Parts: sequence; C-alpha cells; structure tokens
Amino acid sequence: MSTTVRSRVRPRTPSQRLRNLSREQLPSRAIAGRSLLYAILIVLATIYVAPFLVQVATSFKTDGDAASNPMSLIPQTWSTAAYERLFLNSDFPVWFQNSAIVTVFVTLGRVFFNSLAGYALARLHFRGRNVIFALLIAVMSVPGVVLLIPKFLVINQLGIYDTYVAMVVPLLTDAAGVFIMKNFFESIPASVEEQARIDGAGTFRVFWSIVLPMARPALVTIIILSFQGSWNELSHFIVATQSSELTTLTKGVASLASGQLSQGTQYPLKLAAAAIMTIPVAVMFFIFQKRIMNTTDGAVKE
Amino acid sequence: MSTPARTSRRSGIRGGEAASGWLFTAPMIILLGMFLVIPVLMALWVSFSDWNGRGSPFSGSVSFVGLDNYSALVGGGGLAEQDFGTALRNNAWYVLLVVPIQTMLSLFLAVLVNRQILRGRGFFRTAFYFPSVTSSVAITVLWLFLFSATGAVKKLLAFVGVNGPNWFNDPSGVLHNILGVFGVQTGPAALTDNSFLGISFWEWLAGPSVAMSAFILMAVFTTSGTFMLLFIAALQNLSGDVVEAAMMDGANGWQRFWRVTLPQLRPTLFTVLTLGLIGAWQVFDQIYTGTQGGPGKTTLTPAYLSYQTAFTNQAWGQGAAIAFILFVIIVVFTLFQRWLLAERKVSVRRMRPYLQTPTSGGSR
Repeated sequence: MSTTVRSRVRPRTPSQRLRNLSREQLPSRAIAGRSLLYAILIVLATIYVAPFLVQVATSFKTDGDAASNPMSLIPQTWSTAAYERLFLNSDFPVWFQNSAIVTVFVTLGRVFFNSLAGYALARLHFRGRNVIFALLIAVMSVPGVVLLIPKFLVINQLGIYDTYVAMVVPLLTDAAGVFIMKNFFESIPASVEEQARIDGAGTFRVFWSIVLPMARPALVTIIILSFQGSWNELSHFIVATQSSELTTLTKGVASLASGQLSQGTQYPLKLAAAAIMTIPVAVMFFIFQKRIMNTTDGAVKE
Repeated sequence: MSTPARTSRRSGIRGGEAASGWLFTAPMIILLGMFLVIPVLMALWVSFSDWNGRGSPFSGSVSFVGLDNYSALVGGGGLAEQDFGTALRNNAWYVLLVVPIQTMLSLFLAVLVNRQILRGRGFFRTAFYFPSVTSSVAITVLWLFLFSATGAVKKLLAFVGVNGPNWFNDPSGVLHNILGVFGVQTGPAALTDNSFLGISFWEWLAGPSVAMSAFILMAVFTTSGTFMLLFIAALQNLSGDVVEAAMMDGANGWQRFWRVTLPQLRPTLFTVLTLGLIGAWQVFDQIYTGTQGGPGKTTLTPAYLSYQTAFTNQAWGQGAAIAFILFVIIVVFTLFQRWLLAERKVSVRRMRPYLQTPTSGGSR
C-alpha cells in the first residue's frame, strides 16, 4: 500500500503532464469521465430536489389524487382546498404568528447578548475572563435533548410555564453564538477602538457605535443561525407550553402529522402546512445564500 | 483556543474595564446559569428522587431514593429496563448507519462540487444543501407521505419490480430479514437465551427496523448538505502545492485523494464525525412527529423514551435518569472517537518509503 505512490511514477516531464491537463487536449477518457461526473451529479440532484417538488405538487391535489398518484408533479385537478382549510378554518394562522413572534425576539436578543459577551471576552481585560470562557466551552458540549426535563423543571419552578417568556428567554442561551462573535471581534484590529477611547468614549459607546457596525458579517451569521434555530425549534416548545394559543408551527404541524384536525390521511393538508412553514427559512436561505455557502462557521444545523 | 493573554497596557485608556467586562457578560452568564446549569442540577436531584410531577420537586414530600431510578433501568428486570434496552438498541443501529453514511456522502458531494471547472456548480450546491435548512418537523411530514403505504417510494420500487415494504408500519429488523432470506428464522440458543438490558442478544442483532431505516435515510438526506459545506470549506483551504507535487510524482486522481487530500482533511473529518455522532444520539423531533416510538417500539430512542417516561407516564426520576445516561453515552463516544482519530506518530514501517527519497524531483 505505502509504496504505490512511488512505484507508479511515470517517466514524463512535468510540462507534458500539465499539457495533458489543459482543456484543449482533453483525451477521450477525460471526456468520458466528465460525462460520468455530470450524470452522477444530475441523478443526485434529482434525488435531493424531487421530494420537495412532489410536496408542493401534492399540496394542490385532492386527497384521492394524492393517494393514487403520489409521484406525479401535476395534479389531475388543481385544488386549493388544503390551503383554504389551513388559513380559514384552523389554528394555522395562530401557529404562524407565534412562530414569528418567538423567532423575532429570540433573534434580536441573541444578536445583542451574544455580541455583548463576545466583545467582552475578546477585547476587555478583566479578572475571571478565562474562567467564563472555559465555562462557555463546557456548556456548549451539553446536548440539547438532555435538557428537556431540566428546562421544564426550572420553567415550572419560576412560575412562567405556558407563557411567551418561557418560550423566548430560555432560547436566548447561545454559547456557540458568543463563541462566533468572540472569534470575529478578535479578527478586527484594535487600533480603531483605541483611537475612540483616547477621544474619551466609554466602553459601551465604543462597542455600540464603533465595533458593532464593523461586525456585520458575524452578525449576519448569528441572525441566520438564530432565525433557523428558533423557527425550526420543536422540543423546547413541547416542554414550555401547553395551551393552544401558544402553539407554534412546529408543534402544530407535528400534531397535524399525528392525526389531529383530520380524518383519514389528508396528505395534501399536511404537506401544504409543511410547505408553508418551510417558506420563511427558504427565503432566508436564498437571501443569504452567498454567505451561507461561503462560511465555515454558521453552517451547522443543530 | 483562547487568545494569548495580552500584556497589560497602561491603565489610562483601559480604566474600568473589569466592571464593564462583567457587565457585558452578565446577561449571558445569568441566562446560561438560569436555563442550563441550575436546571441540570435540578434534574440531577430529580433523577435521585421519587417526584411524581405534583407540586415542587423540592418540597418535603419528595424523598431521596438513591440510585433506584438508575438501577431500574440497567438491572431492574422490568418493563423499564426492557424499554431502555430497546431504545438503546434502536439508536445504536441508527448511529452505526447514519454517521458513516452521511460522512462519506457529504465528503463525496463536496469533492464533486468543488471542481474548478463545473457548470451549474451553484445549482448543485444549493440542491444538496436545501434539505438542511428545512425543519425536522416539515421533513418528517414529507417523509411520512413519501414512505406511506400508497407513497412515492413504494411506487418507485414497483416500477423496478420490487414489492417495497410498508415502511413506517414494518417493525421487522433489517438484519433478521436478510437472514430470513437464507432460511434463518430463529437465532442460535446462545443468542436467544442470553440477554442484556432486558432484550436477548438475538434481538440486539435484529438491525434497525424497516421503519427506522426510513428515518436513517431521512437523516442522511437532511444532514449531508450541512457537512458538505464544512468539507467544501476545508477543501478550499488546502493549498494546491501538495496536490501538484503529488501530481508531478505521478499519483493518479484516486491516489491523490486518499493519500494526499484526505489526510489533510483530518480536522474537518473529526468535526463532522463528532457533530454527526452527537446529533445522531439525540433523535427526538422525528420520532415525536412521526411514529411516537412505534411500530413495535422499534423507533423508540432514549431521547424520546426520556420525554415519554417523564411527561406522559409522570415517572420523572426515571425520565431524568435516562437523560443523564444518554448524556454519559454521548460524552464517552465523543472521547473515544477523539482518541481514535488523534494524530499518532507514523510507524517506521510506514515511513520507510518516504525516508528513502530525499526531496526528489517535482516536489517543491
């Protein structure tokens, strides 16, 4: 094994090999290889995209059509019954509203608290900073699912069970976000802030009007992660609320899936609900596509 | 990972930093303390108590029961132990299949779309990544439809002449089914008569159920895009020099990948495996939305069992105990894998071929 690299050395000069690689002189083997590459890519892309196309198509079908033609991308008869039912005759708008409220507050809160803490850990010198940072790393490693019962206990103990506060505030804990902000603040030069300090600006002033505007790329990362994370969150809402007025999209659609609101399978209804709840994150994704596709951090789905 | 501590400067422009330092970090510290550290400690107490969900777990009527909750799970001999064993079995098979497949697939996708000359590169990347942004609830609803008795996957298999299984209603283990094809219906007595955590070794070896396999496919579908991005980022950070040098030495594409590129990807590989492992041990949303543990408890996972035990059956101590055991499992697996993938000194035998070639032609 270990000698293969050496033993297959071909007696060619480097320039000859390089010329073979240039595009004009592609040998037929390379063309075949290229076609194979595209064939594989197209097949894979079809597998990845087709489910979503089927989903959208099925949401416009009638129940019978969905059952008998599960694969067709064009409904036999177009029907918007599923959407009418969702918007006019169910709690769906309430779910959507709750998800939106929670997402907005969690995202704003995380942006503010993460950047505050990240800035302090990156730039301010104070006793105990390293301890805080070590604790942050330790906290990051606690898996979320393990926290279901603990979160319920503390929410219950604080008497905030089944309120917006219980839905939003625990989701503000975001050690990974602090970490991202800290790393970013460390990468920008300190000279600018020092100038402002000499001019007499206070710490918060320096942070708010000088450093924060410079941190736009990192803030966008935090916004993307928080938005996606809180919009798609399910388990926290299961343990934090029970009343129907506080049901979010994830919780509501999950209850749809297990058969509430419907007799029979009602796939068009369920798939329409799932499709609508995907739209905001999809829009977010396409707006920030360039950023998401280029960053190393910020791409991890929890 | 922390930055090297800077030497203290003149205190003139840095006065009052300690106060603002604590002030800036205070909100996050309070939040993490209130909703992470304290809750975990509370749950730890509950796991040692007989709290039944009524009143406060710290009131006088709740008593300390020692390790009772834990021992009921790992040696009680009752239903609790059997359910816990089943959940562990299910999730272990899930991890065993999901983590390697998603890692290989995401690396494969990354290598495919990372070519310099590729038409439609953006489209392919978007297509592969898109499932990752959708919520687990939405994707589970879609999966329930695609893999239903009248669903697209069954139709698709029928096209190629295969009578597909009844995915989410089929509790039979995949390995048992494969053995069944060869006429093996029951296992040897050595396996069926002995058991671990309440279920026989033969049952441990059942493989994931057909229903769980659908979830395995779903996990690979939704996470491969995320990890593909991590691999793409890593591939773009590699310097071309080493690959070029290998090219000059005559290594073909296959050799260049396995012996030059892949070893340089080790840190990313470690990240992907760790994140994959941590994620795969925490299956909850899909089970809650889709099957609630059925059919035949074959999609029960420790995370879901913990929730069900506490919130539905009101056995809070036991539910918390399951959560802590799961925590330990995740930590142990992460450490084990860290040890497995740690940089080791290359043995002399493996080094020998390289030692004989002092900076030969081609390599710069």
